[in-house]
Amino acid sequence: MTGPRQVDTRALRARYPDVFDRPASARLAVPAMIVAAFAILVYGLVDLDFSPSRFFAGLSQLGWISLMMIPPDPGSSLPVYLKALGETLSIALLGTTLAALFALPVSLLAARNVIPSQILRFPIRRFLDSIRGVDTLIWALVWINVVGLGPFAGVLAIAVSDFGAFGKLFSEAIEGADQKQVEGVRASGGSALHEIRFGLLPQVLPVIAGQVLYFIESNTRSATIIGIVGAGGIGLQLAEQIRVLEWQRVSFLILMILVAVAAIDFISSKLRFAIIGRRAVA
Amino acid sequence: MTVAVSILPEQQLAVLNAAYRQAVARKRLRLLLGLVIFAAALFLAAIGAEVNLRTFFAHFGNFISYFDRILTLDSGQRVWTDAGEWLWGWRKWLKMLGETLLISYVGTLIGATFAFALNFFAAENTSPSPWLRFVVRRLLEFARTVPGIVFALIFVIAFGLGPMAGVLAIAIHSTGALGKLFSEIVENADMKPVEGIRSTGASWLSCMRFAVVPQVTAGYASYGLLRFEINVREASVMGFVGAGGIGQELVVAIRKFYYSDVSAILLTIIITVFIIDITTGWLRGRLFGKEART
Repeated sequence: MTGPRQVDTRALRARYPDVFDRPASARLAVPAMIVAAFAILVYGLVDLDFSPSRFFAGLSQLGWISLMMIPPDPGSSLPVYLKALGETLSIALLGTTLAALFALPVSLLAARNVIPSQILRFPIRRFLDSIRGVDTLIWALVWINVVGLGPFAGVLAIAVSDFGAFGKLFSEAIEGADQKQVEGVRASGGSALHEIRFGLLPQVLPVIAGQVLYFIESNTRSATIIGIVGAGGIGLQLAEQIRVLEWQRVSFLILMILVAVAAIDFISSKLRFAIIGRRAVA
Repeated sequence: MTVAVSILPEQQLAVLNAAYRQAVARKRLRLLLGLVIFAAALFLAAIGAEVNLRTFFAHFGNFISYFDRILTLDSGQRVWTDAGEWLWGWRKWLKMLGETLLISYVGTLIGATFAFALNFFAAENTSPSPWLRFVVRRLLEFARTVPGIVFALIFVIAFGLGPMAGVLAIAIHSTGALGKLFSEIVENADMKPVEGIRSTGASWLSCMRFAVVPQVTAGYASYGLLRFEINVREASVMGFVGAGGIGQELVVAIRKFYYSDVSAILLTIIITVFIIDITTGWLRGRLFGKEART
C-alpha cells in the first residue's frame, strides 16, 4: 500500500486561485450578515422595552398562572363551551366553502393560460393580494360593523380573507395544468367554456379540493381566535375567561381547542387521501 | 385517406357499454352522496353560525357604504383629493409600523433560534432517544396549535401591556411552526455524511454540526424568511389585545369610527406587507436559487 501522495500545493494554488483565496467580499458576507442580524436584534430588544428584570418578573408570574391552570375545569359552563366549539367549527366550514365558491371564477380570470392579457390579469392579482394583506381579525372587525356582533360576522371575515388566498392558490393550480388537454378540446371544435369545463377543471379540481380541505383545517385555528374581537365561537369565551382570570377554565378551553384541531386534522387528512390519493398530498 | 376503425360485433358492444354505464353511474352516485352529506353539513353549520340571510341582505349595503365612508374625509371629499389631510398621522403610524416590523423580526429570530435548538431532537433520523423525540414533538405541536394571539392575551397579563408580550407570543408560535418544518428538512437530509463523521469517533454534537447543518441551512433560512412574512401580518393585529404595534391604532380607529383613519392605516399596512413580501421573495430567490422559492 502506498501512503497518500504528496501534493504540490503551490501548483494547485496556481491552478485554482478562487478555491484558495476567495475574494474578501465572499468571505465576509456571512459574518457581516450575522453581525447585522444581531445588531438589529439588540436594537429591537432595546426599542421594545425588553429588560431582564421585567422578563423574569413576567416569567414568575407566568409560572403562577400555569400552576393555577391545573387542573383544567370547565365549572358549570361545559354546555356553553361545547356550543361555542360547534359555532367555531361551523364558522370554519361555512367561511371556507363560501370563499372557495367565489374564488373559483375569479381565479380563472387571474390565470395566465385562461386570460392571456396582462392588462386584465394585473388588477385582479393586485386586488387579491390586497385582500390577503389584511388579517382575518381586521376583516372580522369590519364585518362586525356591518352585520353586528356574532358568528355570522366571523363567517364573512373568514370568507373574505380566504377569498384572497384561494384566488391566488387556485390560479396557480390552473396555470400549472397541462395545456394539451385544452388544445385537444379546442381541436375538436369546443368553445372557450368547453375548454375550461372539459380541459381544465378535471385536472384542477382534485388539487383545489385538497387545498380547500387544508384550509378548513387551518381555518379551525383562525376561527378559534376571531371571537376575541367579538365575532363568535370559542375565542369569545376564551378571551372573557382570560380577562376575568379564571385560569382553570382557560386551560380547559385551550385543551378543547387542541382536541378539536387534532380531530379536524385527522378527518381532513383521511378525506384528502381519499380524494386525491397519497401522492398528490404535498 | 380513410382510416378503418374496427367496430366490435353488436352483442359484445352491448356488454361493454352496459359495464361502462354501470361504472359511470356508480361514480355519479358516490359523488351525489358526497354532495348530499356536504350540503347537510353546511346546513347544520349555517344553523350553528346563526347565519341570517335577511340581516345579510339588509345590511349588505352597509358593507359597500362602509368602504365609501372610510374613503371619505370629514370634509366630505374623497380621501385621495387631500393626501395631507388623509395621512395626517403618518409620523405616528410609521413609528408604529416600525414597531410592528421589529416585533415580528425579533419574534421570528428568537423563535427560529429555539426551533433550531430543538429540531434535531424532533427529527426521526437524528434524535438521540425516542422518548426525547416524543416530548419535543408534543411541545412543538402545542406551541404551534395554540394561536399566537391567545399566547399574547395571556402574556399581556403576565408581562404587562406592550410589545414585549407580542414578541414572546410570536416567538413561541414561530418556534412551534418552524420546529416542525426544520425537523422535516433534517429528515430529508442525506445520512451518509453523518455516518462518515460518526465513523471517525465524533460525538453526536459534532455529527450535527459538521454533517447535518451544512446540508440544511439553506432550507432553514428560506423557511425563516417565509415565517417572517407571516409574522408581519400577525404582528399587525397583536395590538388588538394590547401587545404592541400598529394594531392598537387600527382597533381604536375602527371602534371609534374615525373612518378616514381606518383606510389610511389599512393602506400603510397593505403597502408594508407588499414590500416585505417582495423583498423576502427576492432575497430567497437571490440566496437559494429558483427551486427553494416555493
